[in-house]
Amino acid sequence: MTEPVLMKGNEAIAEAAILAGCRHYLGYPITPQTEIAAYMAKRMPKVDGVFLQAESEIAAINMVIGVASTGRRVMTSSSSPGVSLKSEGISYLAGCDLPALIVNVQRGGPGLGGIQPSQSDYFQALKGGSHGDYRNIVLAPASVQEMAALTVKGFDLADKYRMVAMILADGTLGQMMEPVSISEPEAASTEKPWALTGTDCKRAPNIVNSLYLEPDALERTNIERFKKYALVEENEVMYEEYLMDDAELCLVSFGITSRIAKNAIVAAREMGIKAGMIRPITLWPFPKTALLAAADQCRAFISVELNMGQMIEDVELAIRCKKPVFLCNRTGGMIPTPEDVLAKIKEVNKIGGAQA
Amino acid sequence: MIVFQKPKSLTDVTLHYCPGCTHGIIHRLVAEAIDELGIQGKTIGVAPVGCAVRAYDYFDVDMAQAAHGRAPAVATGIKRADPSKIVFTYQGDGDLAAIGTAETVHSAARRENITVIFVNNAIYGMTGGQMAPTTLPGQITQTSPYGRDVAAVGYPMKVCELLQNVDGAAYLERVAVNNVKNVKAAKKAILKAFKNQVDGVGFSLIEVVSTCPTNWGLSPVKALGWLEENMLPYYPLGVYKDITAKEESK
Amino acid sequence: MKGTNNILLAGFGGQGILFAGKFLAYMGLLSGKNVSWLPSYGPEMRGGTANCSVIISDDPVGSPIVSRPDTLIVMNLPSLDKYEDAVVPGGKIFVDSTLITRKVRRTDVEVHYIPSTKLADENEMGTLANMIITGKMVKEVGGFELGDIDKTIDKIVSARRENLKTINRKAIDLGFSYAE
Repeated sequence: MTEPVLMKGNEAIAEAAILAGCRHYLGYPITPQTEIAAYMAKRMPKVDGVFLQAESEIAAINMVIGVASTGRRVMTSSSSPGVSLKSEGISYLAGCDLPALIVNVQRGGPGLGGIQPSQSDYFQALKGGSHGDYRNIVLAPASVQEMAALTVKGFDLADKYRMVAMILADGTLGQMMEPVSISEPEAASTEKPWALTGTDCKRAPNIVNSLYLEPDALERTNIERFKKYALVEENEVMYEEYLMDDAELCLVSFGITSRIAKNAIVAAREMGIKAGMIRPITLWPFPKTALLAAADQCRAFISVELNMGQMIEDVELAIRCKKPVFLCNRTGGMIPTPEDVLAKIKEVNKIGGAQA
Repeated sequence: MIVFQKPKSLTDVTLHYCPGCTHGIIHRLVAEAIDELGIQGKTIGVAPVGCAVRAYDYFDVDMAQAAHGRAPAVATGIKRADPSKIVFTYQGDGDLAAIGTAETVHSAARRENITVIFVNNAIYGMTGGQMAPTTLPGQITQTSPYGRDVAAVGYPMKVCELLQNVDGAAYLERVAVNNVKNVKAAKKAILKAFKNQVDGVGFSLIEVVSTCPTNWGLSPVKALGWLEENMLPYYPLGVYKDITAKEESK
Repeated sequence: MKGTNNILLAGFGGQGILFAGKFLAYMGLLSGKNVSWLPSYGPEMRGGTANCSVIISDDPVGSPIVSRPDTLIVMNLPSLDKYEDAVVPGGKIFVDSTLITRKVRRTDVEVHYIPSTKLADENEMGTLANMIITGKMVKEVGGFELGDIDKTIDKIVSARRENLKTINRKAIDLGFSYAE
């Protein structure tokens, strides 16, 4: 590891991407992720890479498709309204089985919304923000160090499974500085025999395509693709358990809110309330098994999120509604304080939920 | 002696285009240009959404299929990733001049070193004959059943004239494939548009005025006549911009 | 500094609030602590309100948002009005008394008035009132070695701008040794 330096989350993502071998960044300015573009504009020319500011988010994501088609590591980044514009391209990436890294530094919505932090694109990222049967790998960093680490991981997973990996961050994580050590990861070489490299008149043409006019062919393709998704669900779930050994109340939270939840859990334990947390690091695949196991141990769950209650649905599904799930949330760019979360923990502790 | 031969850069797949459609001729001209420049092995094509969506089956080169209107952006990504490749898009009028106008104009503005083949037949063919950005004033289509009313829906887009004013555009020519003489001129223009890319000249777009007998409701022969009488006066053939000519004349 | 310091810095955009916060965060990092720095961000690039949360802690930092500061630096009146009540009892408030003429109303906190903008003007330190008041804060909060200050300045001021290093160091010293 290199000596830690203070970096903004956005900058950590950019630097980690370069260290992961990404030499192509195509983007468009939008708050609060613009530091990624600015960093890339500065750094890419120094590493013989390509930085291109596109005319729109739509153009940017399609340039990503072009670069990805050639087999090179490529990324784009945006914030919520910009990711909506990229959605069409995300579906095409899925349909063409192309690897790419997409960063969403979320802000409040819907519409133009606001520019303050939010987690209200959870549904968009996980529940088919675009058309068709598809999945994205969705990674939820909770620190600047994880912004870097999950960027590297995201490229590896995208290449390994030929699919989109999305970093679902928020304005706080993008803007805050923390110490971060970024060292060059081991080169993960993935053969890409499908890439468009020119036939050299030696092989049959490679075709990057998502069109299947015959419905049976499209069905077969989708079923094959979902076998790949099943492998991801089997092998790539990541989560953190925090003070779960004896926990009676299980908080579920990702990203910035998980840090606020940690403060609240510490305070709750000082008052004798046995609270713990399961923090999904991959939102898809979702840590269903860990949550279901916790349902046997805990009396109740509290989903802490920056939206009107989106992840809570997945928590309820994962635990098969065995125990009550409460929502602790702020939205529109507002962030709960540890005291707010503690108040919810106390409230839930009092009403109890089902007996363990 | 071989007097007629399919270009190497076309596959053996049977084209799905309607009888009398000029896409077949234009595909051939593109393939001949690729053959003549000896670039088949390093060419990557980008197919549009529209009648030519399955162009990836017809050209014997690596191909990508882009979302509607986005081919120039996809081509930009490919070319920037690997500048040693020859990258072309093949797009219709709805794709290039309506939904993809921004991608067209800005890839020209960047002088992206790509070749764009733009087929203008004044109608949406694949979806069954709706009004296109290039549909002529008064022209009847499925979505302009009383004729294109410019007062209500505006005027046709003249793509070469529009891009003429974009500094980045390097070579713009409008051609047609309605008779032998025009086909020969079209061949020359398409060849130049590819050679420009080999020479690093930058954004070259060839607009090919084309027919759609099926959706125009005309026989193939009558469609050629309609093109000559109606389209060519509105879309005059010729070179609209050529930065290499300026260099030659210096 | 022992345990955790939750520091909030607030003022107008352009006063160097974020830079002062960065200085503190780096000083924490270089002395082996866990740190975080979180700016407010908004459409106003200049002249709007700016604030910045800095946490320096022996423990890993949980929430990076400082809502109950134990140390508050304020460089304009709206910031004092807004954050005075948020300070924890027994906390410290550092007031730029050139720009804020009213007194702190709280009686359960320790208050330091430093005319840092005036000191900057008098000593031809232009825009470095932020570093003067930060110097005072470092002194009063305690726990840092003077050497940490030099190391930190080396880290955050570009090596190509030696004159900036000197003047930043002078500004901090001025605040550090300022007697109320």
